[in-house]
Amino acid sequence: MSKTFTLDGKPIPFEDGQTIMDAATAAGVYIPHLCHHPEFTPHGSCKLCNVNVNGRTCSACTFPATEGQNVLSETTEINQDRQKITQMLFVEGNHFCPSCEKSGNCQLQGVAYHLNMLDNHFPHFYAERKMDASHSDVMIDHNRCIFCTLCVRASQQADGKDVFAISGRGINKHLIVNSESGQLKDSDIDPSDRAAHICPTGAILIKRTGYTIPIGQRIYDHKQIDQVSLETEHESHD
Amino acid sequence: MTNKIRVATTSLAGCFGCHMSFLDIDERMLQLAEAVEFDRSPITDIEHCTNCDIGLIEGGVCNSENVHVLREFRKNCKTLVAVGACAINGGLPAMRNFIPLEECLSEAYLDGIGVENPQIPSDPELPLLLDKVRPIHEIVKIDYFLPGCPPSADVFWKFLTDLLEGREPSLPYELVHYD
Repeated sequence: MSKTFTLDGKPIPFEDGQTIMDAATAAGVYIPHLCHHPEFTPHGSCKLCNVNVNGRTCSACTFPATEGQNVLSETTEINQDRQKITQMLFVEGNHFCPSCEKSGNCQLQGVAYHLNMLDNHFPHFYAERKMDASHSDVMIDHNRCIFCTLCVRASQQADGKDVFAISGRGINKHLIVNSESGQLKDSDIDPSDRAAHICPTGAILIKRTGYTIPIGQRIYDHKQIDQVSLETEHESHD
Repeated sequence: MTNKIRVATTSLAGCFGCHMSFLDIDERMLQLAEAVEFDRSPITDIEHCTNCDIGLIEGGVCNSENVHVLREFRKNCKTLVAVGACAINGGLPAMRNFIPLEECLSEAYLDGIGVENPQIPSDPELPLLLDKVRPIHEIVKIDYFLPGCPPSADVFWKFLTDLLEGREPSLPYELVHYD
């Protein structure tokens, strides 16, 4: 008999060392997330995977599963919190979907659609953010960076490089590139790197590929992110 | 007086694309006209709205006139709806927010390529520009939001028929798009 915990009233089996997110995904239950990716060390920063564990709020992607835990995820209250967090991500950066080539394939958008987010609620920052189009094949649009650190982790853990890092705190937090000039063209990035493809939003893009699939025929145009996520991440968790 | 639901519409800092998309309900417009009467709207040319049930606002707020129109709508519409990306987050016009207003005006009217008789328009009848384009929920209370650039005709239809039939409006997954 494997050990189990309860997620929204359903028993979820787990093995020692698995997080709540690992076990839920393996059991085919989606918990919303943006900074989590099964192949990389969990970061626990986006807070979309917040769940209630025995009465306390925890990040499912970092919290270890233990026997008999009572975990709540799909409650009205938790999903309202998730929606507010997503709205904050939208107003903190500059996410103009109609002018973004990632639109329809963007996980930030996918999560927002999933949570039926119809407005941004908060006042917009319209923060001034730059672009780095210096590299011949890869570009960074800082307007769309949500500081999930997936590019940082992918560069270190999958590519064996150290191209990206997050610098600064609070409102001054920003993505930096490891090169003397600070520009992407002078870094070790290669367009085939995992780090160049891992961005959940349109912050890191491969040039000249943005419209190979037309708007309206993209991942989240017809399929919800819970379904997509379980299809693509299930294997990695097993 | 008729018993029809009174609807007013306007485009602030928008491109009228949302209005065009609304017209894409095509022959369903006839069905809508049985239940709805248009008040102030580009469709009617009525200049000011009075006691409306639903106000549909396209576009964000980029100048002083937009603010006045938006407030007039809020005052006269029981239910006010933000229609489309620009009303919801400023949209494309808000991409000027990252360039100082003076630089925008200089580029357009003084230093731009092909500008003749360079001067910044200053006729007193022209509404003054705001330093930044803002979404409408930052100015007045908004009751419902219809995202999309533009929201599809089906979004307008679903939303209005829900309201007309006394249901709480809700958009299914396929109708929620930000692009």
